[in-house]
Amino acid sequence: MTPKISLTGVGKTFPVRGGGEFTALSGIDLDVAEGEFLVVVGPSGCGKSTLLDLIGGLTRPTTGRIAIDGAEVTGPALDRAVVFQQYALFPWRTALRNVEFGLEAKGLRRRERAEIARDHLDLVGLSGFEDRYPHELSGGMKQRVAIARSLAYDPGVLLMDEPFAALDAQTRDSLQDELLGIWAKTGKTVVFITHGIDEAVYLGGRVAVLTSRPGRVKEVADIDLGSRDAREDVRSSPEFAAHRHRVWSLLKDEVQTAQRLTVPAPRKEAIHLG
Amino acid sequence: MASTVEAPALIEPEAPESPPRRAGRRAAGLAAVAFRRTIAVVAFLAVWELAPRAQLVDPIFLPPVSEVVPALWDLAKSGQLWSNTEASLVRALSGFGLSIVLAVPLGLLIGWYRPVAELLNPLLELFRNTAAIALLPVFILVLGIGETSKIAIVLYACTWPILLNTISAVRTVDATLVKSARSLGLPAVRIFQKVILPAAVPSIFTGIRLAGGISVLVMIVAEMVGAKEGLGFLIGSAQQNFAIKDMYAGILTISALGLAFNQVLVLLERRFTRWRTDPGR
Ligand SMILES: Nc1ncnc2c1ncn2[C@@H]1O[C@H](COP(=O)(O)OP(=O)(O)O)[C@@H](O)[C@H]1O
Ligand SMILES: [Mg+2]
Repeated sequence: MTPKISLTGVGKTFPVRGGGEFTALSGIDLDVAEGEFLVVVGPSGCGKSTLLDLIGGLTRPTTGRIAIDGAEVTGPALDRAVVFQQYALFPWRTALRNVEFGLEAKGLRRRERAEIARDHLDLVGLSGFEDRYPHELSGGMKQRVAIARSLAYDPGVLLMDEPFAALDAQTRDSLQDELLGIWAKTGKTVVFITHGIDEAVYLGGRVAVLTSRPGRVKEVADIDLGSRDAREDVRSSPEFAAHRHRVWSLLKDEVQTAQRLTVPAPRKEAIHLG
Repeated sequence: MASTVEAPALIEPEAPESPPRRAGRRAAGLAAVAFRRTIAVVAFLAVWELAPRAQLVDPIFLPPVSEVVPALWDLAKSGQLWSNTEASLVRALSGFGLSIVLAVPLGLLIGWYRPVAELLNPLLELFRNTAAIALLPVFILVLGIGETSKIAIVLYACTWPILLNTISAVRTVDATLVKSARSLGLPAVRIFQKVILPAAVPSIFTGIRLAGGISVLVMIVAEMVGAKEGLGFLIGSAQQNFAIKDMYAGILTISALGLAFNQVLVLLERRFTRWRTDPGR
């Protein structure tokens, strides 16, 4: 069976000011199966966002090939949706109209759009907030709207770039659970980027660990935590700790390399190894 | 901000806020606001009234406000005030309106094509920083002393704030918003229409509001330099004929006009940018 997303030998270099090139990604081989939840972790600056841009078709790879359902990606399209860390909601549109945005691109009629948008706001637990403008919503609600917007036009693939990184711990936990619920319900293929180990292990069916500069796939770890049961706290189970330790070990060297490569002050998005 | 607390999962987030309960307190609050907003103006008028009466300033050069108001009333009754105001309004609004029609599309175009913006920017800065009034003699020389040169100078002066604000509005649109629209595979024209344009509206309106103030200023100066009617002419000729009260009546009319014009523009701006976060509202 062809994988939903397939990357073969993907590399990306950026021209550097004053001449020369900077290799952000190199030799990425990665297959994502239909309906899979793949998490990509890596130290800050290793090329995670670049990887997502490539799959989204927002930039073209310098080498290699990216395919969705076997067809090469040549640009962005409605078969993929991107959720950004900064929400990227249109501040002049209400929550409902934001969710409708992708449906407009699809060319649906107004009535149909509103109906689908309402259903998706409901899916993310925001019915009753249709007429709120983004500035009237909390960070968590904004990200819920952004997720609803991405799901509304029914893409097969959901690409998420550190979507919960700007949220407080409690909100993040609840959104993680909601996302898993939505994923189970909709069967989307999800590529989820994070720099948090706990988040990676909790969400991922598989966790791909990237090396620091240039980003390569160091290893893909299978995570098996059984079914998520609300009654049990998965995060405190011994299996979770074991997986967590595994990913932590894979990342440790990379983070150290990355820190040696960066200018002294650790960035806010630096990885938490605590 | 009412939005910092996050609702826990599976629980309906807080309901929209309930309507205000104590109407009485609200009325009192409104009265306090009205007081705060008018007190400075009332104090100013009192000083204007009392200073000449107390001989702190020469009442010949600054007659008390109670003597200016009847002069204003007389001007209004004779129809002079209205005909001059009308002449001024036509000039200011034509120049201002034309500048919007011209500068907004031009600014959108220049802002959208980055290389054009970079190329033109130094020239635009030069024009903007050349006081329009300094060019008035040139306009009169080329276009004569009639309506054309007056409308043209207003148009010229109003163009810069609108043009420059529009260009920078287009260029400073949040890149993630554009990226987000691009990720849907929208063509450039659609992105412009659905993202760039609405995102630029507040900044464009700021430019328009600035231009509104400039239009009144430039119109007055142009009328003082050479005109047979208009509020600038009224003020200038009243001064030359030593009709000091009429002069102040003309000044009062202009400030009322400027105030009203600005208020209209502010209301329009609010109407079109209601989605903006602005704690001052
Ligand atoms: N458009 C670009 N031009 C030049 N360098 C870039 C560009 N985008 C990203 N980079 C560089 O590529 C590296 C990876 O960036 P990014 O993918 O954003 O990392 P991450 O998301 O993992 O933190 C960084 O060093 C960044 O400076
Ligand atoms: Mg990133």
